[in-house]
Amino acid sequence: MSVMLTEVTTVMRGRTIQRHFRESLKSLTRNGWMTFASISAVTVTLLLVGVFAIIMMNLNKVADDIENDVEIRVLIDIIENQDEAKTAESKLQKEIKSLKGVETVVYSSKEDELDLLIKDFGEDLSLFEQSNPLHNVLYVKAANPQETAKIAEKIKKLDNTYDVIYGEGKVEKLFSFLNTSRNVGLVLILGLLFTAIFLISNTIRITIIARRDEIEIMKLVGATNSFVRIPFVLEGAWLGILGSVIPMTFVTIAYYNIHKIIAPKLKGELLQLLDISPLIYQVNALILLLGLFIGVWGSFMSVRKFLKI
Amino acid sequence: MIEMNNVYKKYPNGVVAANGITVDIRQGEFVYVVGPSGAGKSTFIKLMYREEKPTSGDVIINGTNLTKLKNNQVPFLRRQLGVVFQDFKLLPRLTVYENVAFALEVIEEHPKQIRKRVMDVLELVGLKHKVRMLPSELSGGEQQRVSIARSIVNMPKVVIADEPTGNLDPETSWEIMNIFEEINTMGTTIVMATHNREIVNTIRKRVIAIEGGLIVRDVNGGDYGYEG
Repeated sequence: MSVMLTEVTTVMRGRTIQRHFRESLKSLTRNGWMTFASISAVTVTLLLVGVFAIIMMNLNKVADDIENDVEIRVLIDIIENQDEAKTAESKLQKEIKSLKGVETVVYSSKEDELDLLIKDFGEDLSLFEQSNPLHNVLYVKAANPQETAKIAEKIKKLDNTYDVIYGEGKVEKLFSFLNTSRNVGLVLILGLLFTAIFLISNTIRITIIARRDEIEIMKLVGATNSFVRIPFVLEGAWLGILGSVIPMTFVTIAYYNIHKIIAPKLKGELLQLLDISPLIYQVNALILLLGLFIGVWGSFMSVRKFLKI
Repeated sequence: MIEMNNVYKKYPNGVVAANGITVDIRQGEFVYVVGPSGAGKSTFIKLMYREEKPTSGDVIINGTNLTKLKNNQVPFLRRQLGVVFQDFKLLPRLTVYENVAFALEVIEEHPKQIRKRVMDVLELVGLKHKVRMLPSELSGGEQQRVSIARSIVNMPKVVIADEPTGNLDPETSWEIMNIFEEINTMGTTIVMATHNREIVNTIRKRVIAIEGGLIVRDVNGGDYGYEG
């Protein structure tokens, strides 16, 4: 006897999708308080995620800027004989260039150095133009800023180096600060994430229990498993999406205003805020996707656990 | 149509509800399943619509071996069966029409088809004039008729009924039996578990008696065979 068990893959029709949407929205209003609690939990979580993301991304930019500014100053020994000095300096420059991880080596004569000092500290220093006490300097940049310390150590061992100076310790401190705050934030957010997922899965569980009879009959008359499941997963998705509305609005308005106030004050400084344009879209996308993830995941857990099909 | 070969069913709590059942029910038959409470009638019925899976042995419905049937194919088996229960299992918030249409909506039947089929079966069970009422506004017999309408709206080859008259008074029970007989004359196989002695002894059909998870009697046109 031929059996019609082969049509397992039915294409979902437009009105079926409509029905799922209708059902999931009906549920939202039916479980009023649980819906409210879930959305609130998602809102709080995503609010923190958003603020945290903006702070972290800006801090990362600062770190990058500072990193790129880290350079090694190699003070060259003072050699009286001009010719000898020249050979020694070019030899040293070649040696440094050949070190692994060195990106650029720039020479700066002691006259250039003095000019720089005068620029920074004023004409008083022009006295020194008669007998310049400064050293000729090589500015060295590492390809990877985190290797600065290692390269500096190697340069120290070369001949004709009077001193090797770099922002010893500062870079490391900045990195460890960034890492710690990143970890603390992540733990906090993970905790909140689980709370939100838990609340959503509870809401969906209540929906499932409230509609147990309906589900039983649906299964009895041959509704497919996905047909039974989809409204619940959709309901979770709504909770997540609704929970991300306030965080997205808040983050956008807040950053827009902060940027308007702070950015002009930082003009010309080394530290700069990230521009509004890509950042706010990225963070909003992150919030929305995370909300969706929380909602769908939360309802999935309940559907798997309580919808025995 | 319905075939069981040496079916054995043991529940996780240790109860053996089917202890080697072998039976063959042909297309168009009307079969009573009788026996004392706890004898395994309900399990026998549940095995047919794959609410329960046999521990061993084969259950073959309409050529499909349910023992080997994958979970995701169960819905498509159910679409070929109609199931009726003692407690009607209607959705209280839906009208008579909606309750019957529900069975077609969730299997994504075309709306035009739904309207026609629902009205047809409601006419068959004599409730065409009450389509807009809620189940709570109907009598028990009427509710069961809605439930029967829902079970046949998909034009199944088999209707499985578990104590369909269990909650009804004698007179209403006869009405329900008339409907089942009518469905049966249209070629639908009916398997009905029942405790109703009078019905079994009056409307003579094949009687399968189950005790201790075994078929102890299988007689065409047999009687109920138990006291009370």
